Amino acid sequence: MSPSPDHAATEAAFHAALWSPDTPEGLAPADALERRFAVYRNNVRHGLTRALAARFPVVERLVGPEFFSAMAGVFAAAHPPVTPVLSEWGGDFPAFLSGFPPVAGLPYLPDVARLEALRGQAYHAADAPVADTAALSTGDPARLVLTLAPSVHAFASAHPALRIWQANQPGRAPAPPGSGPDHALIARRPDFAIVTEPLDAGSHAILNALLQGKPLGMAATRDPAPLLVLLLRHQLISRIGDRP
Amino acid sequence: MHPDPDFHRPDITLPRRAGLGFKAEHFADALTAPVGFYEIHAENYLGAGGAPHAMLTRLRADHALSVHGVGLSIGGAGPLDRAHLARVKALVDRYQPESFSEHLAWSSHGAAWLNDLLPLPYTDETLARICAHIDAVQSALGRPMLLENPATYVTFAASTWSETDFLREIVRRTGCGLLLDINNVFVSATNHRSDPRGYLAEFPLAAVGEIHLAGHEAEDLPDGPLLIDSHSRPVADPVWALYAEVIARTGPLPTLIEWDNDVPAFAVLADEARRADRVMEGARHVAVA
Repeated sequence: MSPSPDHAATEAAFHAALWSPDTPEGLAPADALERRFAVYRNNVRHGLTRALAARFPVVERLVGPEFFSAMAGVFAAAHPPVTPVLSEWGGDFPAFLSGFPPVAGLPYLPDVARLEALRGQAYHAADAPVADTAALSTGDPARLVLTLAPSVHAFASAHPALRIWQANQPGRAPAPPGSGPDHALIARRPDFAIVTEPLDAGSHAILNALLQGKPLGMAATRDPAPLLVLLLRHQLISRIGDRP
Repeated sequence: MHPDPDFHRPDITLPRRAGLGFKAEHFADALTAPVGFYEIHAENYLGAGGAPHAMLTRLRADHALSVHGVGLSIGGAGPLDRAHLARVKALVDRYQPESFSEHLAWSSHGAAWLNDLLPLPYTDETLARICAHIDAVQSALGRPMLLENPATYVTFAASTWSETDFLREIVRRTGCGLLLDINNVFVSATNHRSDPRGYLAEFPLAAVGEIHLAGHEAEDLPDGPLLIDSHSRPVADPVWALYAEVIARTGPLPTLIEWDNDVPAFAVLADEARRADRVMEGARHVAVA
């Protein structure tokens, strides 16, 4: 009697076969063995593809579901999730898209993916209090330090990635995306709605500076009012401090 | 049913009624429905904050809760993912569920997570490793867990244990309880051309702390059907029949309706739960050991 393969070898062979057309050694004889093993292969690939599509629905819409599935299979094989928390998988999908020759004709695609990844991060970000904003009108604005909710992100693209994302929301007929760069604020409101607000380049620069912890006076190289209106309307300031 | 001398029935911590898997789209209905308990997948609630935790906190305030892990890869050949176990522990500490359960399966290889419950050979070697993994989980969580029998499409030439003997020995060595998935029993038995009633006759029912019921898909192969554990349909009639037979032997047990894909309206899930409750109503006279 030949020795049985050990557990690690059995698992490694099974795992390798999930990503190949072959059925692994070591399975007990059964009818339709290839079809039986294919259930696992399909479950793994389909499950990972659907998880990626759930995080990047507009990327899927832009390339079509069939192409997306094939591309997701390539990504999953090269960059499998390193955690069972699937909502945290796909952070390197935008970079993968940048280097994936079949989508080189869609130069905005990686940025659309980055926007969708930031929306996903905002959805799961830590909760934060909403500051009493009276201090905004009483303190010296130049010295105020605004702590923003952990869900707040500044998004920038050299492509019209935000407009393309907006035009590809469910129920909207795709519109010509225009050209030129896009900037946006992405965040989660206290009522859990995810907001994606267009910004001008100046407001985007101020938001970036605030996210780096700079006081408002240093951050606001231009008029901060349009950005502050958005932060107040969506209740995204969690603390207002004074710089010593 | 004669008492099993090797172990005691685990504390049944969930209500002996029907429960449902919680879906965010059913939040408003779920708050007020007369459902015995709700079950969540741990891995869907490991983010830092936001709507998932807000809903779960509200739901947990007046419902019994089962946390069902799909990510610990207890049947894996490699070591447990300690970082993931710590996150699951934080979730369990935060919500204090009545029950925590996981699977007799593996789902990651090396650092790669595969998002499916994969099968393993039943040998002395895998038995020892799984028991060590369960010891580690129970020690980290500070509570006993339930281990679920798998739905399988293949078996291994190297297996030297039957699945039921394997599970019984895991219970004896680790003190864990079992989660009996009757759809998995029916799917596996059909796929392996064996008798689900024979399997259930050998199953250590005294260790069961929860039952799962779910729907499956079927496809025809030349030598018989291949059933796929899809959680996408109503519970099949033969599975209901097996459930009634089990409940007649055990008395009422916490029973989850699992429906995770193509999720229907809440009312459809509630009907399935009522059907399980009716089966248990018919068995209230059964003496519970």
